[in-house]
Amino acid sequence: MSLKSPILSCEDVTVSFDGFKAVNQMNLTLEQGELRFLIGPNGAGKTTMLDVICGKVRATSGKIRYRGDNDISRKKEYQIAELGIGRKFQAPSIFSQLSVMENLELAMSQKRGVFSTLRAKMTAVDAKRIEEQLVLVGLADYANTNAGGLSHGEKQWLEIGMILMQEPHVLLLDEPVAGMTDEETVKTGELLKEITKLRTVIVVEHDMEFVRNYASKVTVMHEGKLLKEGNMEEVQGDAQVAEVYLGQRRDEHVVNPTA
Amino acid sequence: MLKSMTLSLQKKAWLSVGSSAAVILLLSAPLFLSDFNLNLLAKFLAFAIVAIGLDLIWGYTGILSLGHGVFFGLGAYCMAMYLKLESTGGKLPDFMNWSGLSQLPAFWKPFQYAAFAIPAGIIVPMVVALILGYFTFRNRIRGVYFTILTQALVIITTTLFIGQQKFTGGTNGVTGFKTLFGFALKEPSTKVVLYLVTVAALVGVYLVCRYLVRSRTGKVLAAVRDAENRARFIGYDPVKYQLFVFSLSAGIAGLAGMLFVLHVGIISPTSMGIVPSIEIVLWVALGGRGTLIGAIIGAIAVNAAKSGLSSAFPDMWLFFMGALFVVVVVFMPKGIVGSLPQIIAWVRYKLRRTNVTTTQNLIEEAKS
Repeated sequence: MSLKSPILSCEDVTVSFDGFKAVNQMNLTLEQGELRFLIGPNGAGKTTMLDVICGKVRATSGKIRYRGDNDISRKKEYQIAELGIGRKFQAPSIFSQLSVMENLELAMSQKRGVFSTLRAKMTAVDAKRIEEQLVLVGLADYANTNAGGLSHGEKQWLEIGMILMQEPHVLLLDEPVAGMTDEETVKTGELLKEITKLRTVIVVEHDMEFVRNYASKVTVMHEGKLLKEGNMEEVQGDAQVAEVYLGQRRDEHVVNPTA
Repeated sequence: MLKSMTLSLQKKAWLSVGSSAAVILLLSAPLFLSDFNLNLLAKFLAFAIVAIGLDLIWGYTGILSLGHGVFFGLGAYCMAMYLKLESTGGKLPDFMNWSGLSQLPAFWKPFQYAAFAIPAGIIVPMVVALILGYFTFRNRIRGVYFTILTQALVIITTTLFIGQQKFTGGTNGVTGFKTLFGFALKEPSTKVVLYLVTVAALVGVYLVCRYLVRSRTGKVLAAVRDAENRARFIGYDPVKYQLFVFSLSAGIAGLAGMLFVLHVGIISPTSMGIVPSIEIVLWVALGGRGTLIGAIIGAIAVNAAKSGLSSAFPDMWLFFMGALFVVVVVFMPKGIVGSLPQIIAWVRYKLRRTNVTTTQNLIEEAKS
């Protein structure tokens, strides 16, 4: 198993906002093709962790190694995206005035300079790629619809489709099933399985049932630190994890690992 | 599906008929317009060019610039400096004499060559836009803050131009031109040629911008407007796109300014100040933001209304202009061109209803 080399490894990453350490000496290592769930109570630093990896937030200290690159934590967002790290935000973020097809067209891996896009032509190969992606995310019937008119779940899938069009090596997904119906959640889970055949995925998720159904390995964060890492049974059986979540349950949080 | 396709084909056919008719009408205008009106139209067309430039950044990229008067003015001054030096034969311009200069300032010297002055009229505004844009877009200054900065640019520039009278002609600006490439500017034949050059420039700018907004670059601009972060995390650098479109837009404004000077014969700080900068925005808003044709129609319509109303009602015209703006903003928030689909739908609805009632009347008549 350990013959696989890590594709992404965060080493002692700390993010401090005016002295408050949102992420504190966090280590996270991912192997090629892994589907990793990142869980933890609110404010544990999960989203910040994704922000650091994709360059939205700068690490105060620590290193992020990625595919032979010694440290990507000083690079700009669009450069990190070009290296093959795709990010999906919590709220669906798509180009609402463009059609579903155009959204995917822009996301498609290509040269992204102004003068390249000025000359860009839609080739038959490109059109086929977009077509396939539309089918994969289940939006084939909406190719020419304005993306702004899609439902919440459809927007989430479109965004995942856009990230896949980038052909990333690593996908960072922040609560992809939030606000989805049960049916949509199942469909998203199957989509994730399909994606991990080729790519590495990190999912931040609060929906414990979803995590249980699809996770092989889970990382629990608490107060910016790594609390526990392992498979779902190990994590559920851990006393510290239970304590953290029980403490939260008293504050009426929805998360319930033992339910 | 088939119906919508034939509809869009029909629409395309109408559009191409309409635009060719418009171009033919513009090209034949010297045949039926008086010299005075032709000159006015030429000026409006120059305004239409700057309106297209503004629409590119405001309508398509969502960045409101209230500083386009400056870019327009910089282009105009570049042209004016050349014309001035041509009319003095390379000697010291009159206003420099009055201000006590005895030698032509070094930065004026290259402007005696058209090969320098004409490209400069486009490049200087582009460079200014690049510098301002670089510091603002790179630091992610957006929305109203960017707009305020462009207003500051206007104030700084006009103050500078008024203050540096010995170099710029101060409040009076630069005027007193005689010839262009040896042809007298007052000659009607010269005016016709300049008019035709302006039509060509307008058509050229329109075609370039149409290509741009329909290209993938145009889609990226819309993407940056709608969700800048999404575009960034897909791998586009929004700063590069914003800089590109802002400086292109400034270059187009500079071109318009050069043509304006040729038609009007004077450029002064009042033509590049706050009010003209806002007026450009009004033209685009009125014509239809986010449609290139709308920008052209808006610029021509507002300026035609302005000169028509001001000669018909010398005391009242400003009120009429104000009323016009209020009416358009309240009843047609998408502007004239943007509201066309609704207007057409409304007219069709009315027509159908009258048709129905006439057939009903006929039936009833037949019955009785």
